Amino acid sequence: MKKYAGVGLTLAVLLVAVLAPWLTPDDPLRADLVQSLRPPGTPGHPLGTDQLGRDLLARVLHGARLALFIGVCTVLLTAVVGGLLGLVAGFVERWPSAVLMRIADVQLSFPFILLAMTINAIVGLGLRNIILSLSAAGWVVYARVVRGEVLSVKQREYVQAAAALGVGRPRLLFRHVLPNVAPSIIVVASLQFSQFIVAEAAISFLGFGVQPPTPAWGSMLSESRDFLYVAWWLAAFPGAALALTALGVNLLGDWLRDRLDPKLRV
Amino acid sequence: MRAYIASRLAQTALVVFLSLSVVFGMVRLSGDPVLLFMPMDIQAKDVDEFRQRLGFNDPLAVQYARFVAGAARGDFGESLRYQQDAMGLVLERVPATLLLGSTALLLTLVVAVPLGVVSAVRRDSLLDHLGTLATVLGQATPGFWLGLMMIYLFSVQLRWLPTGGRGTLAHLVMPSIVLAAFFAARIARLTRSAVLDVLGEDYVLTARAKGLGEGRVIGKHTLRNSAIPIVTLAGLEAGQLLGGAVITETIFAWPGLGRLTVQALLNRDFPVVLAAVFLISVLYTLINLVVDLLYGWLDPRVRLR
Repeated sequence: MKKYAGVGLTLAVLLVAVLAPWLTPDDPLRADLVQSLRPPGTPGHPLGTDQLGRDLLARVLHGARLALFIGVCTVLLTAVVGGLLGLVAGFVERWPSAVLMRIADVQLSFPFILLAMTINAIVGLGLRNIILSLSAAGWVVYARVVRGEVLSVKQREYVQAAAALGVGRPRLLFRHVLPNVAPSIIVVASLQFSQFIVAEAAISFLGFGVQPPTPAWGSMLSESRDFLYVAWWLAAFPGAALALTALGVNLLGDWLRDRLDPKLRV
Repeated sequence: MRAYIASRLAQTALVVFLSLSVVFGMVRLSGDPVLLFMPMDIQAKDVDEFRQRLGFNDPLAVQYARFVAGAARGDFGESLRYQQDAMGLVLERVPATLLLGSTALLLTLVVAVPLGVVSAVRRDSLLDHLGTLATVLGQATPGFWLGLMMIYLFSVQLRWLPTGGRGTLAHLVMPSIVLAAFFAARIARLTRSAVLDVLGEDYVLTARAKGLGEGRVIGKHTLRNSAIPIVTLAGLEAGQLLGGAVITETIFAWPGLGRLTVQALLNRDFPVVLAAVFLISVLYTLINLVVDLLYGWLDPRVRLR
């Protein structure tokens, strides 16, 4: 059940994101003031239009592209950076480990969303910076989980045996330890994915992050606040798209965890 | 015990100091702070005067030393926008956030823990399935969207509740529900799985075998033992409530710490940002300390070192 709902929803969002330009003839940025604030069901605008007469369906569909793009980039970046750091810290122990865990403590002494938002506000707005600030706030989870896993995996017999056979340290790390830590990295990545997407929307909603007129769900919701009394659809549809995406990815992550690493708590 | 608390407090001080240094560094490295601090239409002459007055002409090391010395006394300088003591401004907002946060936490525990326990005890019942559905949906629904939809329903359509602000009990209803929703979903799920774990233990079987009533088996033998993961998560979440408050307070114009931080960031009012960062990390680490102390009380097997 979890499997089908999770995989299905995630695939659907992915397809919509990839096919957005072909699914709707409208340009998400083309304004038409004559057609502004039309309710859903208006001919030519199935989900209605916003205050500038832009087609809401086109904006929501293109929003999926942006959300997934940011989510995928952030997850890859944090998985590679956090994973590598955790791998080294767990393998080498001694001071790299201590330093890394101290940094992790500092980061975790601050709520994730607030940290990402603060970094974003300071380094500046825009697509590249939101990916960088989410990554800067998000890598810690990987580093911690991977380090813990490495500490236990490197004690196993097959790793000890390989070391005894004279396998070099880099080879030991990447051929014998990494493949056994990989499932945890995948699970953390899938569980983090929806958190990043929602965090991006939240940060854009607060006015940092992706700026209008780019069709990001967060900034669309932010703009919709001014029209809540007259146009409920501007708030309803982008938010529903975001919630559905988060739901699909969460279910997928839960399923992956049950399959790959049932004990992991993130 | 006392030594443990002392060392944890020292660690807290270190962590807070480091996070402040990082924010200070980021603010200074991100470009000319004066240009960041000033409005767009400022004259060159005013910029120089401003620079001199705030000491930005001094070497970075001197500025940093001055900042640390001030921070140690809780002095973060004057707000660039309100011409008031930055820390005072931040402290003024704390009660509102604490009120909102504790109401949300209370709401979470009152709703989520019983729901989780009943779902576990009556496993696979209709209630369990409905509960699971609600928690899965609750976890996926972003707070700011839930907030907007509630405002639309209860303020715009039904006119039952105010859209925002603070004052009466009615003002507290929507913000605390929105803030609690996500956490309630997580806590309910965790409670369910924690209780299910404990129900499989031998001592529960023993308690049943010796003829204890179901109420005592659940109330006394199961709940106390399931409490540890629940307290852990509740503690972690209590900290995250501070993060959630940023968004909730902004939607409902709740005059708390989170909204102040967002406004200070938008206004580039960095003394206020730094003071808020300081206070949030102190609150956050103190909450975690309390949670760790709670473990020892709940589970004497956990030895604090």
